[in-house]
Amino acid sequence: MSEFMFLYRGGNRPTSPEEVQQVMQKWMAWFKDLAAEGHVVDRGQPLERSGKVVQAGTKSIIDGPFAEAKDVVGGYTLIKASDISQAAELANGCPVLDRGGQVEVRPVMKLDM
Amino acid sequence: MDELSTSPEEMDHLFRRESGRMVAAVTRVFGVHNLALAEDVVQDAFCRALEVWSLRGPPENPSAWLVATAKRRALDALRRERTARTFAPELGRLLESEWTVAATVEEFFDAGAIKDALLRMMFSCCHPRLSEDAQVGLILNILCGFSVGEIASAFVCGQAAVEKRSSRGKKTLAGSTRLFDVSVPADFSTRLPAVQRALYLLFNEGYHGASPEFAVRAELCREAMRLTAALLEHPRGATPATYALAALMSLNAARLPARVDSCGNLNSLFDQDRSRWDRRLIEEGLRRLDLSATGDALSEYHVEAAIASVHAAAKTTQETNWGEIVCYYDTLITISPSPIVALNRAIAVGQHEGPERGLNELRAIDGSDRLDAYLFYSAALGEFELRRGEIEIARNHFRTALVVARNPVERRFLEQRVGACEAAGP
Repeated sequence: MSEFMFLYRGGNRPTSPEEVQQVMQKWMAWFKDLAAEGHVVDRGQPLERSGKVVQAGTKSIIDGPFAEAKDVVGGYTLIKASDISQAAELANGCPVLDRGGQVEVRPVMKLDM
Repeated sequence: MDELSTSPEEMDHLFRRESGRMVAAVTRVFGVHNLALAEDVVQDAFCRALEVWSLRGPPENPSAWLVATAKRRALDALRRERTARTFAPELGRLLESEWTVAATVEEFFDAGAIKDALLRMMFSCCHPRLSEDAQVGLILNILCGFSVGEIASAFVCGQAAVEKRSSRGKKTLAGSTRLFDVSVPADFSTRLPAVQRALYLLFNEGYHGASPEFAVRAELCREAMRLTAALLEHPRGATPATYALAALMSLNAARLPARVDSCGNLNSLFDQDRSRWDRRLIEEGLRRLDLSATGDALSEYHVEAAIASVHAAAKTTQETNWGEIVCYYDTLITISPSPIVALNRAIAVGQHEGPERGLNELRAIDGSDRLDAYLFYSAALGEFELRRGEIEIARNHFRTALVVARNPVERRFLEQRVGACEAAGP
């Protein structure tokens, strides 16, 4: 088993209370399935959409991130899967995809010591 | 933040349920001319809940979490927009000063204040300058959290028309800057009948409405019942007529589980499996009907609730006291005459005294030409013709009804009646 980070990017915001409800229920169901099969290491945290960016060179601190709204990371989760293709398969059910978002699946580096 | 700490029932329609309460509370502070900003603040709080709860799971008390978040967002908006807009005029100075703004907002978000705001919004939506349809639309939109698209699909009408009506309605609301003041007894009593009527229409849209989705219609009924219960909680709102309205809703809603079978087919009152009627709602309805029997004013809601209670008491169609029902319809037609009441009365007469009498009553209805486009009229003619053996005539009536059927459920029901004619035929 290896660990993978899911980074959730973008995704349109729902526009009515019932839509919020439906999206929420999809997330709950998705996590329930992931957890039932022992894939969840850490449910992770949601991230604020804004923050600061510290730049090299001038070392200036500016408001950011400047990524387009659709590329902003909205949260992350640490999961466990047998390999990258299984991890990607799991990410394929993520509700953020229904709303035009993406899941970036990144293997956590193994330390060969 | 364990997912298991929140029961599924608590999460069921949570956002729709909370939406109206919170928009009302925020609007109370912002002033009704800032309704759009209030709606944004609430939707923003919901999106935040979505972001946090999707990953962390819903909190132990989702409703309190949402209220706290909306309150914080409202405060942010007040501080941000302070110089650009005016807010609720009666709160003016309290919102301008940093000394008082947080405490003032806090005060309007406690449970009692939210209830009060919900009622104010309900009364505001029933503005006399708005048509009844527009009032119902505003209630659905603002107090029940239905989007324009959801209203359009529930009422089976165009989205553009709903949009137009809704924005016109909101403009009328905004014209009065402050929400309706429910603390003035005279104003309260003057506006109350319009509020009752709008809730009644909302319930009826669910019960007899055009939407093919049974779940959608059941939800309209549930929303009407929820708002009526909120009206009953107010001492001046809990009038005999409101109790009667609540009773008729409970007693009719009790039959909802039996109206549609497992295949989504419509069952008429005559073919329903009465063991599927909701006993708890029937009891609640009867209790409310008792509470409505004070005072000397007899409203149409009293009579309709009484009719529903006769049905609820009968084990079968045959055992129903149709004579009593005919009497109630005789009363109803004098209080609130309409072709639809006359139609229902004629059906009751037919049940009580046989199909010939029913047909005579149906044909004698004033304005029955207007009922030709109403499928339940043709269906009733068909039913009585079938019963007296005029199979060919019955079949034609059911076919006429089929032309005006509004959705597949109604079509299937009528096709099944045409089938019954064929089975009975020579």
